[in-house]
Amino acid sequence: MSKVIFNIWRTNASGDGEFQEYKTEITEGMVVLDAVHQIQAEHANDLAVRWNCKAGKCGSCSAEINGHPKLMCMTRMSDMPEGKPVTLQPMKAFPVIKDLVTDVSVNFAIKKRIKKFKPRPPDAPDGTWRMDQGDIDRIQEFRKCIECFLCQDVCHVLREHHLHEKFAGPRHMVYVAALEMHPLDVEDRTEDLKNEDGIGFCNITKCCTSVCPEGIHITDNAIIPLKERVADKFYDPLMKFFRIFSK
Amino acid sequence: MITNHQTYNHDVLVIGSGGAGLRAAIEASAAGVSVAVICRSLLGKAHTVMAEGGVAAALANVDDRDNWKVHFADTMRGGQYLNNWRMAELHAKEAPARVRELEAWGAVFDRTNDGRILQRNFGGHKYPRLAHVGDRTGLEMIRTLQDYAIHQNIDVFQEFTIISLLKEGDRIVGAFGYDREKGLFKVFQAKAVIIATGGMGRIYKISSNSWDCTGSGISLAYHAGAELIDMEFVQFHPTGMVWPPSVRGLLITEGVRGEGGVLRNSQGRRFMFDEIPELYKGQTSTDEEEGWRYTQGDKNAKRPPELLTRDHVARCIIREIKEGRGSPHGGVFLDIAWIKEKISNAPEHIKRKLPSMYHQFKELAGVDITKEPMEVGPTTHYIMGGVRVDADTQMTSIPGLFAAGECAAGLHGANRLGGNSLSDLLVFGQRAGEYAARYAKETNAGKINPDQLKEISAWALAPFERGISSAGENPFQIQTDLQEEMQKLVGIVRTEIELTEALRKIKDFSVRADKASCNGNRGYNPGWHTALELKHMITVAEAIARAARERKESRGGHFREDFQQKSEAFGNANICLQKGEDGAMAVRQIPKVNIREDLREIITEMK
Repeated sequence: MSKVIFNIWRTNASGDGEFQEYKTEITEGMVVLDAVHQIQAEHANDLAVRWNCKAGKCGSCSAEINGHPKLMCMTRMSDMPEGKPVTLQPMKAFPVIKDLVTDVSVNFAIKKRIKKFKPRPPDAPDGTWRMDQGDIDRIQEFRKCIECFLCQDVCHVLREHHLHEKFAGPRHMVYVAALEMHPLDVEDRTEDLKNEDGIGFCNITKCCTSVCPEGIHITDNAIIPLKERVADKFYDPLMKFFRIFSK
Repeated sequence: MITNHQTYNHDVLVIGSGGAGLRAAIEASAAGVSVAVICRSLLGKAHTVMAEGGVAAALANVDDRDNWKVHFADTMRGGQYLNNWRMAELHAKEAPARVRELEAWGAVFDRTNDGRILQRNFGGHKYPRLAHVGDRTGLEMIRTLQDYAIHQNIDVFQEFTIISLLKEGDRIVGAFGYDREKGLFKVFQAKAVIIATGGMGRIYKISSNSWDCTGSGISLAYHAGAELIDMEFVQFHPTGMVWPPSVRGLLITEGVRGEGGVLRNSQGRRFMFDEIPELYKGQTSTDEEEGWRYTQGDKNAKRPPELLTRDHVARCIIREIKEGRGSPHGGVFLDIAWIKEKISNAPEHIKRKLPSMYHQFKELAGVDITKEPMEVGPTTHYIMGGVRVDADTQMTSIPGLFAAGECAAGLHGANRLGGNSLSDLLVFGQRAGEYAARYAKETNAGKINPDQLKEISAWALAPFERGISSAGENPFQIQTDLQEEMQKLVGIVRTEIELTEALRKIKDFSVRADKASCNGNRGYNPGWHTALELKHMITVAEAIARAARERKESRGGHFREDFQQKSEAFGNANICLQKGEDGAMAVRQIPKVNIREDLREIITEMK
């Protein structure tokens, strides 16, 4: 087809980075990750890129393509503006390890501190439960998450204000929502949502929803209902009144 | 001090963090020993994440005629009776408990009307048996195991690669590797080691596998002296994407056919009706209408021929393509859109049942599968063979070394049924974890030989020494060439001449791999990683080609154009490979162990 210019962020010896230009042949159906692999094989064997499945299922190859947080494996070259160079950068909200690879370990640490799944006793003598499909539809949406962390990357609380310590971020709101709305779960995470997870930091700009490759309605279906739970528990005067008397 | 490398000490070291590795780690940790898990990628990204259709277990939630005996008989029939019958027995008996356990850990499977785990039809399974979550069952499973494991006091090492196992005399004492971020060498001392590194699809050009499916664990075990069996049996999944070229090989779940999808050639003919193997004549429908009813849950209907075993379907597709009845890009048509003739809300139904398939075709090929057929062709998907293990304990021929999941062999025989890999990794991951922990408790820590470490680290750094000099070669180029040759010479249809040619070429690759070089530094350097990985890929390629040349018959996933029939003699033997004292790969046949009488009766009864 044609040669396309790529400006790829490369880490240099001093640990900083700069854009480096590469030219590679693009053929029909190629995605951005194919082009990166081609550049790696032809021009830059040591170009660091994290990837696994190349099928949009593992969530490893997150990067910023022309400034937009995306999976490189699901971004087709034919959707890039014609005749213009393609710019590739690592996710901005995380420290760079090398080239396009970032240190996303903070996400694993946040998840670990969230209270784990705690099921009610089994419903049947054989140790199994009964759940209605209608009751699990909404958490099945959350469980589609592939942990690409693009939502964390685009969230301005994390991206601009670097509040990883105070705000768990959209991915973990989705995780908590999947636990809290699990029909079998009996744990209560609302206090943690308010304090440790800092749900109040989210001001529902929906940037996270707009970049989710799985199309999860992060803000509407996960964060807002969780905010309501927190509000009901801690800020509703009527509920507060009831709580005092029910103690 | 044995070394200046950072050293970690654990009772049990698990290499691999897919389903089998995580399940093994959870079990070992529960037994009270210290456990480390090595993830080559980030936690939760392993190839298990790509499994689509479901996990096979005779829960009998949808059809109460199902039980472990039927599942056992189906698995043996699917494997053309070369399976390790004890593994097939344990697998069929224990899979239901392993699946239910996942639910207790938070997994959310699709439901039946009465609120139990829903099960779907799949090739070679007599009854609807696959517990599933749409077409993203693997993601659900790995996430459930991951989210459970992080609370189980397991040390997780993300983005670490093991390059060699460490031995003291005959026994295993640990493993040696590097962290990807900095490229620093690390020593993992352990009383027991479990290999759970999955498959090897990446040694072929057209593959459904993740990048890290290079067969590394099979090769690690082999070089440590373990026996490999059944390596000739590679599963080519009948339905991979064929267009556009960059996604060629990407998997299309068998679930499409389970939901009523049909295969057609360029003349619009459902060619799967043309040839039905003897073993399956009794249970396969010859009527299109009956086949449709089967997919919709009619218990009295027989299954459509699209749901025959994968080896057979793949060969029928190849036949259609070879005889000129293929699709424009060298595949055949898989049509699910046609069900709109049968049900009113077909597009919504398809999107709900097969969401990632819909997404995948829409995003990557610009095809709306609710409106038009998909173009599909066979893709390298799975290896039935691998490290030979004891059925009950999963221990290999090396004391202290265990293997579970795809890298282990025995359960699937000559062909694996869809859904049996996810149950395999749960059942035998659990067993490997249990017995590795038991072994570790009864064993003292071994001694690591510093000379061995010196030797391996010198080997591992050699690509930098060579640099990009006239003597060095681009590791990516060697990898690509290997993939091309394997695809061409050790693919679905094999001959003596081509296999001999393949072995000659593999020898050349081995020479070239010794010249592979890299530039840059040790930090996150894919060129270096690829240079080291070539050794594993070449070892596994050789094992497949050697075993394939030895088996002079056609059976399951192994088809020889020069020996198209089954042979009784080969039907009674597994091909075993082991590193000889001279360093060369030795091939031998090992006779099958006679099946236990009660199990033989089950097979006869279910025929």
